[in-house]
Amino acid sequence: MKSGLLAVGIAMALAVPQVVTSEFWLGVCIAVLLSTLTGAAWNVLGGFGGQFSFGHAAFFGAGAYAAAILEMRFGVNAWLAFAAAGVVGGAVGFGIGYLSFRYGLRGSYFALITLAFAEVLRILANAADFTGGGVGLYLPLQVGVANLQFATKAGYYYLALGLGAGAILVGWMLERSRLGAWLVAIRENEDAARALGVDTFACKLQAIALSGALTGLAGAFYADYYLYIDPGLAFGPGISVEILLAPIIGGIGTVWGPFLGAAALRVAGELARRLMGDAPGLSLIFYGALLVIMVKFLPDGLIGLLDRAVRPRGIHAGGAHA
Amino acid sequence: MLDPIILLPAAINGLTMGAVYALVALGLTLIYGVLHIINFAHGSLLMVGLYGVFFLYRLFGLDPYACMIVLVPACFAIGYALQRSVIGTVSHGRDQNVLLITLGVSIVLENLALYLFSADTKTIETPYALDVVDLGVALVPLPRLIGFVAALALAAILWALIGRTDLGRAIRAVAKEPHGARLVGIDVEHVYAMSFGIGTACLGAAACLLLPMFYVSPHVGNVFVLIAFTIVVLGGMGSFTGALAGGLLIGLTESLGGLMFGESAGQLGIFLIFIAVLLFRPTGLFGSRLS
Repeated sequence: MKSGLLAVGIAMALAVPQVVTSEFWLGVCIAVLLSTLTGAAWNVLGGFGGQFSFGHAAFFGAGAYAAAILEMRFGVNAWLAFAAAGVVGGAVGFGIGYLSFRYGLRGSYFALITLAFAEVLRILANAADFTGGGVGLYLPLQVGVANLQFATKAGYYYLALGLGAGAILVGWMLERSRLGAWLVAIRENEDAARALGVDTFACKLQAIALSGALTGLAGAFYADYYLYIDPGLAFGPGISVEILLAPIIGGIGTVWGPFLGAAALRVAGELARRLMGDAPGLSLIFYGALLVIMVKFLPDGLIGLLDRAVRPRGIHAGGAHA
Repeated sequence: MLDPIILLPAAINGLTMGAVYALVALGLTLIYGVLHIINFAHGSLLMVGLYGVFFLYRLFGLDPYACMIVLVPACFAIGYALQRSVIGTVSHGRDQNVLLITLGVSIVLENLALYLFSADTKTIETPYALDVVDLGVALVPLPRLIGFVAALALAAILWALIGRTDLGRAIRAVAKEPHGARLVGIDVEHVYAMSFGIGTACLGAAACLLLPMFYVSPHVGNVFVLIAFTIVVLGGMGSFTGALAGGLLIGLTESLGGLMFGESAGQLGIFLIFIAVLLFRPTGLFGSRLS
């Protein structure tokens, strides 16, 4: 039944551009998939490993700037630049992770230091010349698949679908891998995990590098999709918050949580817009309230809610609080 | 470039701003010291206070400094209610949960302000905004001088409150040993909420001192929340004297760093200090805890 459900889901996802003809709704779908990617990336470190990052904008921005700068200043092919953005995101993750974990930062302190690293990068991008400073970078319009610029939104949709599905697959594989088990052990009790011989430093470092690489790809996608980035859009604290919302609302440390959370957030945001008009800040009020309510009443996220609905007495499927 | 004629006013500017930073950080360090939680909504609560001063001035013509009579109790009530109804009821088991809740509160507050008051930066023009006082070595704008003196006075009051009153004794007891405090009959939840309220009341006072020399916008809290975290970490989590010294130090860093290397370098300096202290000296420069 499960594989049948998955096959139907894949078929539906592939058919979306044929069914959804409105550019607007296709844009919403792309946004959901992009949030799925960043959410699943955050989930690798925050969900499985229990290391909450408040500064994923550092990786997102690094990827976005890496792709834009490689394309514009060095004439690198857009697809190569895209891949390089993943490497850069991973490297930034490794660097921040090495420093933070080497000196044993945990919990709230880790969250705060990641936030500070993202802010440092934002200020540097604002001050440097080769990043275009506060003005930002406009990527030249050169439509063509070779330049990673598609004539229709459907092209971007399929790329986003591949990335989002890939990120979910990474989560699925992680859940079944040794690294994933070690990360969950670290999340539940780091000292006990170390006592049992888990190399906690190496595990966390791998998780943050993987998380950073996936988030870097999302940043590159953003740059190639909107063709414009500036320090606030790439490294701003709002990006970090948006990245962590989806997995927390969907279900921390679960495979499908990031997708569920991303979809729920977009739908809630759109509903708020329809009902109350397009005012600045409105959707974020809902997001913030949702965050409080979820953490307070449903720490297992929407997945946990679904789980309880399907199997009232069943065993929880690996939530953070299972 | 490093002429004392330029350097001294910049240093005094930095110290006066630093005193207000210290007041904001005192509230944060009190909340951390007692409840052992990191209050991410601290900056947004300051923003709420600043809007409070702004509208009291605009609508009722109340002098910003006189607003303290209204805002300090109002902020105290907000903080008390917030801790009792929203933050306190979340499991203390995972400290990240509290971080997320306060993050959610700050997102709601900030965007509510954005929705209601628009993103415009607002300032008030008091008759004395441009007055300066000649200190002999440098001319200091009057609002900055008032802010400096009042912030230090408030810090002294807070210190006396914690060190010399029954409430302060209860707060210190709860900070040190909540279970023991409960055993001897202290209402721990009440003390937690009182501490959160007092910490938020500091923001009400800070808002009154700040607005005559600053501005208010929905996102103004972001400027302060990270600076306040930096000060708290620098001074040692939960240390009062540390927060005071840390505030002045950060004010100086920002102003002198900005003078010598440009404004963004001043900000960058703050974050680099923050990162360095967290990594290499997480107990802070001055050590001693709230006790």
